[in-house]
Formats: sequence, structure tokens, C-alpha cells
Amino acid sequence: MSWEQTFGIWLAAAFTLGIVSFLYRDNIFYKVCEAIFVGSSAGYWFVTYFWDNLYRKFYLQAFDPVSPHIAPWVGFILGVLMLTRLFGAKIAWLSRWPLAFIIGATAGVYMMFYFVSNAMLQIGASIKPVFVGSFGDIVSNVLIAAGTFCGLVYFFFSKEHKGVFGGAARVGIWFLMVTFGASFGYTVMSRMSLMLGRLDFLFGDWLRLIS
Amino acid sequence: MRTREIIAFFALIALILLAKYVLPHPMQFSPTLSLIIIILLSLTFIIIGVLTLQGKFVERRIVFIYVGAALTLPFFMQIELEVPISPEVQSAYDQIESLNPGSKILAAFDYDPPSAPELQPMADAFMKYCFHKGIKVIIMGLWPQGPQQAGQSVEAAFEDDPALRDKIRYGVDYVNLGFQSGNEFVILRMGESFKAMFPADIYGTPYDSIPILRNVKNYSNIDYCMNFSAGKPGTQEWVQGAVDRFGLKLSAGNTAVQAPMIYPYLQAGQLDGLMGGMAGAAEFEKLTGYKDKATTFIKSQSFAHIVVIVFIIIGNMAFLRGKTERKVK
Amino acid sequence: MRREIPIAITFIVGTVFIIAYFIPHYPFNQFENWFNDWFAIVAAFAIWLGALNLLKISAIKIFLKKTDQLHAALIIISFLVMIFYGFYNGFSGIMANPPYSYRDPAPGINFSWLYDYVYSSLSATMFALLAFFVASASYRAFRARNFEATLLLVAGFLVMLGRVPVGDLITQWLPRDYQLSQLANWIMNILNTAGQRAIMIGIALGLVSTSLRIILGLERAYLGGD
Repeated sequence: MSWEQTFGIWLAAAFTLGIVSFLYRDNIFYKVCEAIFVGSSAGYWFVTYFWDNLYRKFYLQAFDPVSPHIAPWVGFILGVLMLTRLFGAKIAWLSRWPLAFIIGATAGVYMMFYFVSNAMLQIGASIKPVFVGSFGDIVSNVLIAAGTFCGLVYFFFSKEHKGVFGGAARVGIWFLMVTFGASFGYTVMSRMSLMLGRLDFLFGDWLRLIS
Repeated sequence: MRTREIIAFFALIALILLAKYVLPHPMQFSPTLSLIIIILLSLTFIIIGVLTLQGKFVERRIVFIYVGAALTLPFFMQIELEVPISPEVQSAYDQIESLNPGSKILAAFDYDPPSAPELQPMADAFMKYCFHKGIKVIIMGLWPQGPQQAGQSVEAAFEDDPALRDKIRYGVDYVNLGFQSGNEFVILRMGESFKAMFPADIYGTPYDSIPILRNVKNYSNIDYCMNFSAGKPGTQEWVQGAVDRFGLKLSAGNTAVQAPMIYPYLQAGQLDGLMGGMAGAAEFEKLTGYKDKATTFIKSQSFAHIVVIVFIIIGNMAFLRGKTERKVK
Repeated sequence: MRREIPIAITFIVGTVFIIAYFIPHYPFNQFENWFNDWFAIVAAFAIWLGALNLLKISAIKIFLKKTDQLHAALIIISFLVMIFYGFYNGFSGIMANPPYSYRDPAPGINFSWLYDYVYSSLSATMFALLAFFVASASYRAFRARNFEATLLLVAGFLVMLGRVPVGDLITQWLPRDYQLSQLANWIMNILNTAGQRAIMIGIALGLVSTSLRIILGLERAYLGGD
């Protein structure tokens, strides 16, 4: 193993222990690690977006020796206008233009994506022939259709949740509670997995106590 | 710093030096010792339960110690646990298993190193399986670090079976197209032309001179797609942009945080299979036959879950006891 | 014109993307491709804005001798080190023959090394701390106060146990179809799907209406005050 790999592993282990020391209490080691994390994170994304976005999408196209494109200059100008936010209210209003562009693009794309994939196709998948397959399949189909419908009824706040409507909303809450419980269980699993990754690094790559 | 902290600091240094230079490498507990440790820790839960019922909630640092022990000690225990297979992971495996040798699969690596403990094991098993079966893999990423993680999977496959280094050729059996920024816009444009988004591979080789990419114009020229996703952009964007728009067939591996939200796509048939979190990775490793880190980690995962559940039960026992006493009064 | 031009930009860009969904041919696909590239370029400047703002705030803390000067100094130093190696490796890579990416792990300390051993380890550990806090918070606060909370708790328990091998170990005396792993599968595939679908449809309908309002200029909160 080269010296920079060895040094890197020890440095990463020190950083890991520094962050984990927060579990005992807030301390100077944790604060140092946190500051380095914030700075290196900002630096990493600064560099990544320069090379992967600005260099590849603007420079290589706008300054192509064979056929330079003009269109990327519009994006570049909009991007520069974004930076006016740093210079006070007198010119910061110019940053609304690139912001409007981002909002418009996102709204346009997501409107269609979500309407088709997350609304129409999901509604279609809920309205399936119920009485097909085994008894278990029938029960499952009924539960999915009823659960989806009752969950949507719960989120409809324009009508008071009383009577039959209120009953359906109540059933909807029960389905949502089971959903949140399942999400909680999976979240615990995910967080534990993240810690397992760090422990694998500490005991495996650093201390070599596990193969 | 206080005296206690200075002592703790030097104790930590001593432990590190002990672990590095004195303890056996690798370290393993015998089955008897493993059982004794489990029984002792279980008995201490009784003490915690009694204290909590008396209204004396244990300090949070004690909870942290239990979680740390539950995660760490199983690394050294020789315990075999049978991993049950869920239908969604079985379905993902079946889809890849049904592909013929020579089929082309698009592998989208949309995660970074912090999510690697959950996703890297399933990616490694996937790559090993594809290489051994002769399935050609076209790698790309919507996250900057994704293609690097894919490189690690390729390397893991070669380390697992060194004969693959001679058998599997870059550019012919697999290619790494690298990262492209643009999120869902990349997915949309790939529906028209892969080359428009990836004019060259990660090494700068032009698209047209890569053998595996001959006759691959867009999604209609690939046989399947596998996505490993840790968030946005990820599986949801692939379903919305590629599956529903261009009819791409897709299975996905997700982090456990994201997986519950993807089940509606699975049930609607927009997704063929789903591997969720570490458990999904362990199941996929079992199905493919390449048992590795996920199968090892699932032991620690099991104990950690039990610790969390026991603490919640103890807390609720105290709550219910307090509730009963208030009712009686 | 300070508000009218941005509203017009939002309308034009949003409309082009909606039309391009239905007519993916010239000229809409060409507009879509341009807008995709401009989006990536503007996103880069948005990230730069955040990073430069962070530098500005940290520098103010140091020069005006406010609290947390060490913290601010470390932020600036680590930021500068990262961008130095990022640009140095990047420009070296462009000039080299054959050229290589700024991310390629060349020997010695470089951007890739900093990413692997500094940023990755810090970032992963920060998120990993949550494992401890979720256990501690659950012990102190997760209470079955009513029927709904109990449902949540029980569902969480069943899924947590059912998704790991221990679940089947506990219920191995039951027939296969009634063991915990099967129960967890059923909860995820049926009950969880129903609830998640309701949330998904609700969010989708809300998003569609909000997007339409934004594109038509009825929703202007994103512009801020005058």
C-alpha cells in the first residue's frame, strides 16, 4: 500500500472518530471535522459543477474549433445573472430571470411526468378487476383499491370529515399509519446500514480486525 | 478539556494500538463466546427495563452503546442466518436470469459513497452475475460518483474471479459511459439518442468506435435496464422518463429510505423488480450465488433491529404503566 | 418590467417543455435540448452562488472578529484546498496526452484522494450518526398513545423483524406462509403500497395544479418581494 493510501486511511479514520465523538458530547474535534466537511463539500460541488456542467455544456460547445455554437451563451448569461444576488438589492433583481427559467423548466417537465406516471398510471393500477385469482389475491386487490381511495379521502380537506366520508377518512388514516410504520422500519434499516459501512471501514480497512 | 475526557482520549489511543498490533487479524469469537455475549447483553436489557419502569430512563449514551455493540460485535461472531427471499427481489433476479448471453443491459449507477453500504453489494453481485453469464453491460450515471462506484463493482468481479480479467474485455463486454449532468433531461434525451448525451466514454473514446455500442442508438436497442439509486435523480425519474415514455423494462435497487415509496410503481407494473436496502442486497447475493458483504452485514442489521425494538417496547411499558397509575389515581 | 419578464420566461419555458412532451419533433426537441443545456449551466452557477455565499459569510466572521472564527477559517481553508486540487487536476488532465478527467485517481494527493479520504468519510459518517439518534429518539418518544400510533408501531416492528433473518428464526415453528418475512412482504406489497399510492396521487395532483399556476403566472411567490 502506498504512503498516501496509508495516510488517507488514517486521516479518514480520524475524521470518522471525530464525528462519532459527538455521540459523547459536542467537542472541539467534532467542530473541526464539521467545519472541514462543510468546506470540502462546498469545494467538491464547486469543482464538479465547473467541469461537468460549465466546461462540458458551455465551453466545449461555445468554443468548439470546428463549429462553435451560440446557444450556450444564453445559458451562460443567465448563469452570470444568478450571481448578482451576491451584490446587494440594487442589481439582485436580475437573478429573477435565471430563477424564472429554472422554475419554468422544472414546472413544465414535472407537470407531465407526475401527471402521467404518478397520477394516471397509479389510478389505473388501483382500478383492477377485483374478483380474479385466489381468495388471497381478491383480498389484496380490495385492500389496495380501498386503501388508496380512503387515503385520498383523508387528504380531501374541502369537505368536513363526518358520517360516511369521515369513516372513509378514518380508514385512510389507518392505512397511512401502516405506511408510515413501514417507512419507519425501512428508515431504521437504512441508518443502521450507513453505520455498518463506517464500522466496516474502521474494523476492516483501518484496523484489519475483519477480513 | 476535563480530566475525564483526557483519560478517555488516551484510552482510545491505547485501544487503537492494541487492536492494530496485538489482537489477531482477523479476529473471530467462537460460537460459545458469541452465545455468552448475546445472553449477557440480553440480561442487561432486564436491568434497563426495570430502571425504566421505575421512571428512571437510561441516559441516551447507554442507548448509543447498545446500538454500537449490536452493530459491531456480530462482525466477529460466527453465526449463520438464513436470508428469506422476497417476491420483488426474486422478480428482479428472474428478469436478469431470463436474458440470453450477448444481451445488452443498461446499468445506471445513481448513488455516491455514503449510500454504498446498501447499494454496492447488490451492484457487485449484479456485475459478477452479468460477467459470468455473458451479458454485456453499458454503464452510466446520473450522479457524479456513480460511474466510479460502477468501476469498483467491475474490479470486485475481477477480484472474485481473476479469470474474468482475460475473458471480459472493455469496450466489447462492458463500457463505462461516465456521468452526465441534467437529471431527468438526460433520461429524456437518451430516449432519442445515447450518443447525444454520451459522445464518448469515460476515457474519451468516441461513441462510434466502441464495439458494444454499435447498433445501440437508444432504449429500443437494449434488452433491459438496471438502476441503483440513492435518491434524486434515481428510480422515480427512470420510471417517469424512460419506462412510461419509452417503454423501457426496468428493475431497481434502492436505499431502504427510498424503497417504500417505490412499491406503487412495482405494483403498477412500471417496475419489474425491486431490491430495497441491505436486506434486498443480501437476498440478491443469495439468489445470484455471490454471497459477500450484505450477507455478512445482515447479521449486524438483525441485532440492531432487535435492540431498537426492545428499547421501544421498554419505553412503551413505562408509558403504559404510568398511564394505568394515572387512571387509578 | 422587473416581474413581467421573469413571468414571461417561466411561461415560455414551461410551455415549450409541455408541448415537447406531445410533439417531440423539430423545433420543440431542439428547444428542449437547448433548455436542457441552459438548465445545467444555470445550475452550475446556482451551486457557485451557494459556495461563494458561504465563503462570504465565513470571511465576514473572520475579519469582523465574530464568534466561531476557527470554524470559519477551517471552512475557507478546506474549500480552497479542494478547489485548488480540483482545478489543478482538471487543467493538467486537459493538457495531458492522452487527456484524463479531473476525477481520475492519479498517484499522490489529488482531488480524487481528497474526495475518497476527506469528503466521503466525513459525509458518510455524518449520515451514519443518525443510526444512534433514531434508536435514542424511539426509546424516549415513540409511544403507543392511541390506536393509530399503535398501528404505526406494530407495522414498524413487523417490517423491521420481517426484513431480517431473525424474523423467520423467531417464527420458524409457523407454516411458511405465516412467518414474519411473509407478513412483512404482505405489509409492504399491499398495505404500504395502498398508502404510498394515496400519497403519490395526492402529491401528483397538487404538483400539477401548482405547476400550471406557476406557468400561467398566477403563482409568483418564487419572485420574492419588489
